[in-house]
Amino acid sequence: MKHTISVLVENEFGVLSRISGLFSGRGFNIESLSVAPTMDPELSRMTLVTRGDDKILEQITKQLNKLISTIKVVDFTDGEYIERELALIKVSTDAESRAEALRIVDIFRAKVIDVTPKSYTIEITGAPAKINGILELLRPMGIKEVVRSGPVVIGRGAKGVVG
Amino acid sequence: MELTGSQILLKSLTLEGVDTVFGYPGGAVINIYDDLYESSINHILTRHEQAAVHAADGYARCTGKVGVAIATSGPGATNTVTAIATAYMDSIPMVIITGQVPTPLIGNDAFQEADMCGITRPCTKHNYLVKDIRDLAKTIKEAFYIARTGRPGPVLIDLPKDIQVTTYKFSYPDKVSLRGYKPTYSGNIRQIEKAAKMILAARKPVLYVGGGITLSGADDVLLKLAELTQIPVTTTLMAMAAFPQRHPLALGMLGMHGTFFANMSVTECDLLIAVGSRFDDRVTGRIDSFAEKAKIIHVDIDPTSIGKNVEVDLPIVGDLKDVLGKLHGHLNKKPELVEDLIEETEEWRSMIGEWRERQPMTYRSSKSVIKPQYVIEKISEVTNEDAIITTEVGQHQMWAAQFYTFRHPKTFLTSGGLGTMGFGLPAALGAQVAYPDRQVIDISGDGSFQMNSQELATLVQYKLPVKIVILNNNYLGMVRQWQQMFFEKRYSQTVMELPIDFIKLAEAYGATGLQTKKVEDVEAIIKQALETPGPVLMNFIVSREENVLPMVPAGKAIHEMVLAS
Ligand SMILES: Cc1ncc(C[n+]2csc(CCOP(=O)(O)OP(=O)(O)O)c2C)c(N)n1
Ligand SMILES: [Mg+2]
Repeated sequence: MKHTISVLVENEFGVLSRISGLFSGRGFNIESLSVAPTMDPELSRMTLVTRGDDKILEQITKQLNKLISTIKVVDFTDGEYIERELALIKVSTDAESRAEALRIVDIFRAKVIDVTPKSYTIEITGAPAKINGILELLRPMGIKEVVRSGPVVIGRGAKGVVG
Repeated sequence: MELTGSQILLKSLTLEGVDTVFGYPGGAVINIYDDLYESSINHILTRHEQAAVHAADGYARCTGKVGVAIATSGPGATNTVTAIATAYMDSIPMVIITGQVPTPLIGNDAFQEADMCGITRPCTKHNYLVKDIRDLAKTIKEAFYIARTGRPGPVLIDLPKDIQVTTYKFSYPDKVSLRGYKPTYSGNIRQIEKAAKMILAARKPVLYVGGGITLSGADDVLLKLAELTQIPVTTTLMAMAAFPQRHPLALGMLGMHGTFFANMSVTECDLLIAVGSRFDDRVTGRIDSFAEKAKIIHVDIDPTSIGKNVEVDLPIVGDLKDVLGKLHGHLNKKPELVEDLIEETEEWRSMIGEWRERQPMTYRSSKSVIKPQYVIEKISEVTNEDAIITTEVGQHQMWAAQFYTFRHPKTFLTSGGLGTMGFGLPAALGAQVAYPDRQVIDISGDGSFQMNSQELATLVQYKLPVKIVILNNNYLGMVRQWQQMFFEKRYSQTVMELPIDFIKLAEAYGATGLQTKKVEDVEAIIKQALETPGPVLMNFIVSREENVLPMVPAGKAIHEMVLAS
């Protein structure tokens, strides 16, 4: 099963390699990973998407917690959360397909952020499923490049996780 | 007071209570060595960096203190890696200090540069590259704290040369604050009460004890708990000395080369109480039939150990001393229930007694060739089990575990998790430095001995009277045994074609060498060696194709043993 895990870590030298090394060394997989500093400049937050059965997930969260540099681990899969991803999509366009492209952009509340005679570059945010959706519809026009950020997540409700 | 980085390092070590370090100099630590020249810290110069770290490891294993080793950058540092991994697998508290090229050169493929933090990340509990002199004292404080607390382990500090010469105001912090590191010491009382209930309800309970018991210093409370409840105790390789092996409740070692009665007990038990052990594959054999009929209680300070290999009915995270202490206290308050338990488990203990009688830990003795097991028995006898025993890795290691009757904690130093040939001699060196007046004996194989034999020089230089026993089968015996049993005796590269004159080797270093192939000489040679001052090497030419039995073939359940006939 897919799990989205948020890891709060010390923002220090080598911390990314500690996390990624843990995954590769123990044969856990990482589908996506995004990292950025938090409000507290001493901390970083990593959001990672992984797959595994309950037993593997238990090991992943325990092993992450065991790292000295890790401050908090939250597996969002168990609770209510909001997941968002950013994608930048470069799609081929010509006179014929432009209108259709704009219509799709509109339906998905995406944005065209760069235009050439032969292409649109589209920016979209949303749940990963929504991004998969727009890609599906744009595919027949010819997708030249896709850059996805990997999802970030936040819990629903008033409670926040420090950092 | 302004001090240089290397002075700060040595001052901090002293403040951590370190009086002895093991190491090897080089360009990237020359400033540290210059300050060591007039320091009160005792430095032992080994002949290889791997040995320095193993020696610090041996020192730590027998004292419970943090072992400290120093090596230079590049090749010096990479030489330490096997020994660091050895300590990591067995959770030994250590701090390893490596020199590094000056900070402006890091990443430039400078002379003798190696990315030690990258290399040791998976085999240290934590590691540091010190990039700023202001962080140095705090880093050392943290390193020692991390090494010795929680589940202990080695911590590496990589110290660039320019930091060693930069000066800064020295003040050693008296506290550490690590937001992400707060080990759980106190066991949850609810869980402990549940454990007590499960124990009182059990009819066939077994305690399965691992190296954590010694790391926690819980050997005494384990004995008290076992005696109170009369629950039999089986120990892993790492815990052979944690429970007196002559005790009627002792079942000896379990697992691949465990006793018949230990393996049968675990297979048949209805409650397995795992304490400070981690269900290693050498212990469990085929995992799905390990303690198949039992409920499992698992006590460990490291949550990742619990539920990793087997599903557990009752997990308890905490320091064993605390948890077993509370458990003992709790049960001690219910003498009638405990009495009932003892009565109800009488049958279980006599069943185990029958297994023990049917298939004791034994071997076929011989009058014409020296049986390696016999040598171990004699060492056990002659030393009155007061010695500190170290081993290398192979058949001799298993025989030491099987036939030496351990009775004092911290007297069996062996590489369990990583299984590192070459560990025993330097570990014995470290133990002898820690306890100059105790008997320290390295039980070795002819193969393993040659992996760090250069340390004979260190023993002689520092007048360390370590006694070395080589059980010489002129084979890489353990691998040969597998080839015999599972590869139709195709002895591929396990025959040491060239018999070595170990006596000459010992003498070349200035040590004493003794040798025999006669059974009747064994005891006399051991006695002579123990009476001879200084390091002595005993070369026993043993029965060549002896096998370690019982043996659970790989992939089999632990009750499917090949037994000694
Ligand atoms: C550094 C290292 N290399 C290889 C091995 C694999 N290995 C395990 S036991 C063994 C043979 C050891 O031979 P020896 O020291 O003579 O002991 P014996 O088994 O003959 O008693 C080998 C090669 C190991 N454990 N460690
Ligand atoms: Mg051998």
